[in-house]
Amino acid sequence: MIDGLHQRIRALHVTLWTLIVPPATWASHFLFSYLWAAVHCAKTGHFADEPAVFWTGTGLAAIVIVASGWIALVQARKPGDHPPHNEGTEIDRLRFLAYATLLLAGLSVVGVAFTALPVLFIDNCR
Amino acid sequence: MALALSGCNRRQSTFATFGEEAAAIDHLALVMTIGAVAVAIGVAALMIWAMRARPGALSLRGGERLILIAGGLLPVLLLLVLLGYSLPVMRPRAVAPADMRIDVTGEQFWWRVGYAPPGGNPVTTANEIRVPVGRTVLFRLRGADVIHSFWIPGLAGKMDMIPGRTNELVVRAVRPGLFRGQCTEFCGLSHALMAFDVVAMEPDAFERWLASQRQPAAATAPATAHVGAALFSRYGCGGCHTVRGTGQDGAIGPDLTHVGGRRTIAAGALPNGEEAIAHFIRYPARTKPGVRMPAFPHMSEADAHAIARYLGDLR
Repeated sequence: MIDGLHQRIRALHVTLWTLIVPPATWASHFLFSYLWAAVHCAKTGHFADEPAVFWTGTGLAAIVIVASGWIALVQARKPGDHPPHNEGTEIDRLRFLAYATLLLAGLSVVGVAFTALPVLFIDNCR
Repeated sequence: MALALSGCNRRQSTFATFGEEAAAIDHLALVMTIGAVAVAIGVAALMIWAMRARPGALSLRGGERLILIAGGLLPVLLLLVLLGYSLPVMRPRAVAPADMRIDVTGEQFWWRVGYAPPGGNPVTTANEIRVPVGRTVLFRLRGADVIHSFWIPGLAGKMDMIPGRTNELVVRAVRPGLFRGQCTEFCGLSHALMAFDVVAMEPDAFERWLASQRQPAAATAPATAHVGAALFSRYGCGGCHTVRGTGQDGAIGPDLTHVGGRRTIAAGALPNGEEAIAHFIRYPARTKPGVRMPAFPHMSEADAHAIARYLGDLR
C-alpha cells in the first residue's frame, strides 16, 4: 500500500501553486487561532478549559503541512536527467520546486507550533 | 546628556520597578538581550570564520549540514527556549473576588479614577492612582472619547483604553513609593501632558486614605473656603466638576472633592498650588492646548485665587 502511495506521489507534479500550500496553511492557522480565541472569549467570557476545537484545527494544519512536506521530499529525491547538463530541464524545475516546498513546510510547522504555544501557556482572555 | 538624565529617573522607568509584572518584564528584557547578543556574537564568529577559511575547508555535505544545524535547528531550538520562557511570564495573574478593582477612564486629557473595593462603597477621584502594596489590583480600563493607553512603567506593561471596550490589567505593587504614569497612545494636542501620579502605599495607610476619600469635602480653612466655595458655585464650576457634599455635582470634568490632597493638578501638568490653580482656571489652554475646559479670562485674579485657595483646602 505504501509502495502504491509512493508511486502516486511520484506521479504528482509540484508546482508554484502547491509550493504555497504550507505557508498558506500556516497563515490560515494563524488567523484561525486569533478568531477562535477572540470569539470564544467574547462569547463565554473565559478561556476554554478544553480547547478541543483549537487543537483539532492545529492538528489539521499540521497534517496538511507534513503531508505537503512529505510529497515534496519524495519529489525532491527524484533522479535527475542523464548528462550532459547544458540547460535546466523539467526535472530540475520539479526538484527545485519540491525542495523549496520542503523547506517552506519545515518553516510552516515551526510557525504553527509557535502560534499554538500561547494557548498552552497563557490560556487567559485578559 | 538627555540619555544620562533619563537614566536618573526613578519615578517613571521600566528599570525602576515597584510591581511584580514590571519586574518580570525587566527580567525578560535582560534574558532576551543576553540571548540576542549571544546569537549576534555566534553569527559574527561564523561570518569571520567563513571569510578566513581557505577554499574547500568544508565539503558540500559539511556545508549543507552546517546550514541545517546553524541556520535551521539551532535558531528553532533557541527561539523555542526563549518563547517557552517568555510565554508563562505573559500569563496574567489570577484575580479573586476579594481583590481591589480600580476603574480608570481615559478622557481628553485626564484620568477618571473609581475605586471599587470589595464590600465597600465605590470612591471617585481623578488624576492620581493609589495602590496597596502586596495586594492584587485589577484595573478596568476604558476610553471615553478616543483611544488612550494606560502605562505605569514601574508597575506593569501598558494597556490600551478603547471606547466601547473594557480592558483588564492585573498588577501587584511590591514596594511603597511615589511614581508616575503616562498616556502612551497619541490622543490629541495635550497627549504628552496627560500623566498621573501613582502612590504605592502600605495596605493600612491605603485603607485609611480610601476611607478619607470616601468622605465629602471638608475645607480646612472655613473663612477662605466660604468665599472660594461661593465663587466656585457662582462661576458655574459645578456644571462640570463634583465637590461631594457641597451640591456641586458635575460629571464632565475631574472630581475635585479632595483635589487639595493631590501632588499635581491638570493631570500631572502643574504642581498643586494656589498660583498654578488660579492660572489654570483662567487660562487652561495655555497649560494644556486643546483642553475641553473653557477659559475664564473675565474672572478677576482675586476671584481665581480665592477659588484656588478653596480647592487647595479640599484635602
